[in-house]
Amino acid sequence: MSSSDTYYIPHKATWPVMATFGLATLLAGFANYLNGSSIGSPMMIIGFTIFIIMLAGWFTLQATESETGLYNKQVGISFRMGMMWFIFSEIMFFAVFFGTLWYTRNLSVPWLGGEGIGAATKELLWPNFEAHWPTNGPGHLLDGKPTEHGEFEKMSAWGLPFLNTLLLLSSGVTVTWAHHGLLEKNRAQLIKGLAATVALGFLFVIFQAIEYHEAYSEMGLTLGTGIYGSTFFMLTGFHGFHVCVGAIILSVVLFRTTKGHFSPENHFAFEAAAWYWHFVDVVWLGLFIFVYIL
Amino acid sequence: MSAVISEHDEHHDEHHDHGPEKGLLRWVITTNHKDIGTLYLFFALAMFFVGGAMAMVIRAELFEPGMQFVQPQFFNSMTTMHALVMVFGAVMPGFVGLANWMIPMMIGAPDMALPRMNNMSFWVLVAGVLLLASTLFMEGGAPAGGWTLYPPLVLQTGNALPFAIFSVHLLGISSIMGAINIIATIFNMRAPGMTLMKMPLFVWTWLITAFLLIAVMPVFAGAVTMLLTDKFFGTSFFDAAGGGDPVLYQHIFWFFGHPEVYIMILPTFGVASTIIPVFARKPLFGYSSMVYATAAIAFLSFIVWAHHMFTVGMPVAGELYFMYATMLIAIPTGVKVFNWTATMWKGAMTFETPMLFSIAFVVLFTIGGFTGLMMSIAPSDFQYHDTYFIVAHFHYTLVPASVFILMAAGYYWLPKWTGHMYNEKIGQLHFWLSVISVNILFFPQHFLGLAGMPRRIPDYAVQFADWNMISSIGGFIFGASQLLFLYIVIDTIRGGTGEKVTDEVWEDAHKHGLEWTLPSPPPYHTFTTPPNVIPTEHV
Repeated sequence: MSSSDTYYIPHKATWPVMATFGLATLLAGFANYLNGSSIGSPMMIIGFTIFIIMLAGWFTLQATESETGLYNKQVGISFRMGMMWFIFSEIMFFAVFFGTLWYTRNLSVPWLGGEGIGAATKELLWPNFEAHWPTNGPGHLLDGKPTEHGEFEKMSAWGLPFLNTLLLLSSGVTVTWAHHGLLEKNRAQLIKGLAATVALGFLFVIFQAIEYHEAYSEMGLTLGTGIYGSTFFMLTGFHGFHVCVGAIILSVVLFRTTKGHFSPENHFAFEAAAWYWHFVDVVWLGLFIFVYIL
Repeated sequence: MSAVISEHDEHHDEHHDHGPEKGLLRWVITTNHKDIGTLYLFFALAMFFVGGAMAMVIRAELFEPGMQFVQPQFFNSMTTMHALVMVFGAVMPGFVGLANWMIPMMIGAPDMALPRMNNMSFWVLVAGVLLLASTLFMEGGAPAGGWTLYPPLVLQTGNALPFAIFSVHLLGISSIMGAINIIATIFNMRAPGMTLMKMPLFVWTWLITAFLLIAVMPVFAGAVTMLLTDKFFGTSFFDAAGGGDPVLYQHIFWFFGHPEVYIMILPTFGVASTIIPVFARKPLFGYSSMVYATAAIAFLSFIVWAHHMFTVGMPVAGELYFMYATMLIAIPTGVKVFNWTATMWKGAMTFETPMLFSIAFVVLFTIGGFTGLMMSIAPSDFQYHDTYFIVAHFHYTLVPASVFILMAAGYYWLPKWTGHMYNEKIGQLHFWLSVISVNILFFPQHFLGLAGMPRRIPDYAVQFADWNMISSIGGFIFGASQLLFLYIVIDTIRGGTGEKVTDEVWEDAHKHGLEWTLPSPPPYHTFTTPPNVIPTEHV
């Protein structure tokens, strides 16, 4: 499009400071809330509101600048690199929890059961504990409290989780179909594909909410159900949160599409949203295999 | 390194004709890489003195055996906060500031690739540090379980715990955004002809450091998130009763922590590799081997983490693996020390303040490296673990290495940034006071550690009294000497010696980097048209 000598450098940014203020207020409020302070909740609401207004404002600004042609090809590459490395940081974040699952299943739980270097640990701490998976630990934790024989049910892979796998895999197809529509200037296909992706995404979240409700109300499976409950809800919970974020991003892209935004040459927001969606998809496949099936 | 023909440095087209905003607001809403670099550097300097004041409290308490000034709980808060403030508030932001100022100028770019995000990463850093500092005034005191925040101890922290955890999240967000920006800038904004293997080594080391940051800051965020849920939401990640394991936290922490220490040292290497050739009046010896050594060190940093935990009761196979893997790091590090020495070999050296600090870095960092090698030997480490020996080791790699090089960078680039020359006499005085006192401060700590003095204690057996007093005296002199640096920085900004510096400031510096082809001080916007970089060969 144009060469680097007209590189666009934005000036006088006010949204980043507002973002910082919102984020810091939200987190300080959450910390106060956890400490039982009454100013916690109001601070969180204020911080969150500022953050949402900032998101709307900053992204509107970026979208307007993009549509008025301020960004050249080089700026587009910077944005794409930014998104790629952001997704890499997200991968590392999920890697922590997958690593935790691997470590506890294969090392710390067997050690508690007396394997390898754990012989003395077992004798001294919990001589009656036999290592198995899933487990809520030698203290039979339920709701974070030790019990005598606290039992819980393992989440099965082949009910809602399998359905959710099919949903997310289909949504990967629909978003690619939408991308083809965008590249081939077929706006109807673009809108239909995006709408289907968003619908599948939110349906996934609803199914997961049902699954969580069953776990909490009927299966004795909560965040406090020992290491199985901890890893299960931490992994699927953070993933579910990312599905929500991804679906909201795609909704914004859908909204912009209906406003006539994007062209086959200029559609960074669409690409970023699609990459993010595929990332969320791949994480789910990892979860389905390592958390549900194995 | 590369020569430049460009008459366009001061060229402004309509689109770029923006000067800085008037008044204080300029600094709040700026997207200019030089402004943001300045903000980072001043913030780092301020935090250097805050963290330094905490170190003074520590050394005052340890001046004599017995309890002198502070309560044990507060003493432990000081060691914890000193570490967190120095690592996340001083050293890392210091190098990010240098990156912001120098990388665009070194690669011929008009600015950083993502200027709005650049502004945000600075302010999020400030928010994170403020959140951390606020814990000093809370019920139960600031975190006192050590900067590693090991459970179960850290879970006994009072109201400060969630604030410290969210502060880590904010610092992580800031670092990741800064690192993404640096990578995008280096990959996407280089001037034509500035190929990867022609980049100044400072740019290379920052490219690799930025990769490390993006890879490990989320890991730390994940670890502290699990601390938060263990404390407040009933999870049992680090609780054996639920099937978890406190040692798991240590593994995750050091998977972050070991690359983290290289995040602080790799840019140090980069600045040293920039300064030494200029004052030796020779090209850097072994440029490509420096690049490969940096990459090798970064790779190794991911596979050696458990050498921080030799005494937690790992399987023997683990101990052996981590011992040998750690020793490998000595090879690329040795390549670097060899190259710096070879650069100086038969060079026409002069000893201005930046060079003095850099030479001190080469010597004193090597001492820190050798003690590291001693501790990589697992059976020996059983003796040194958690003693003052490790304190001496990492302070040698951080203070007379990272901090000295930040000082060197200040002296080296201040004339470029301000257009004024600093006072060389006071600079040299600052150097000699620093280099002597830093050794009085940290060298005796080796003896204390070998004799068995544990770290993180406010009181100690009388047999350790003499060396502690000497160490404290060194600490007070070192702390006071740094006020000279503050004076010099302010003095230079206000006009320095009054001597007008040339564009290249240092003799023949234009051979060593694009930044010396620009005016001193450089205009608010530089390289709005990319310079034409004529490749010359590395010798």
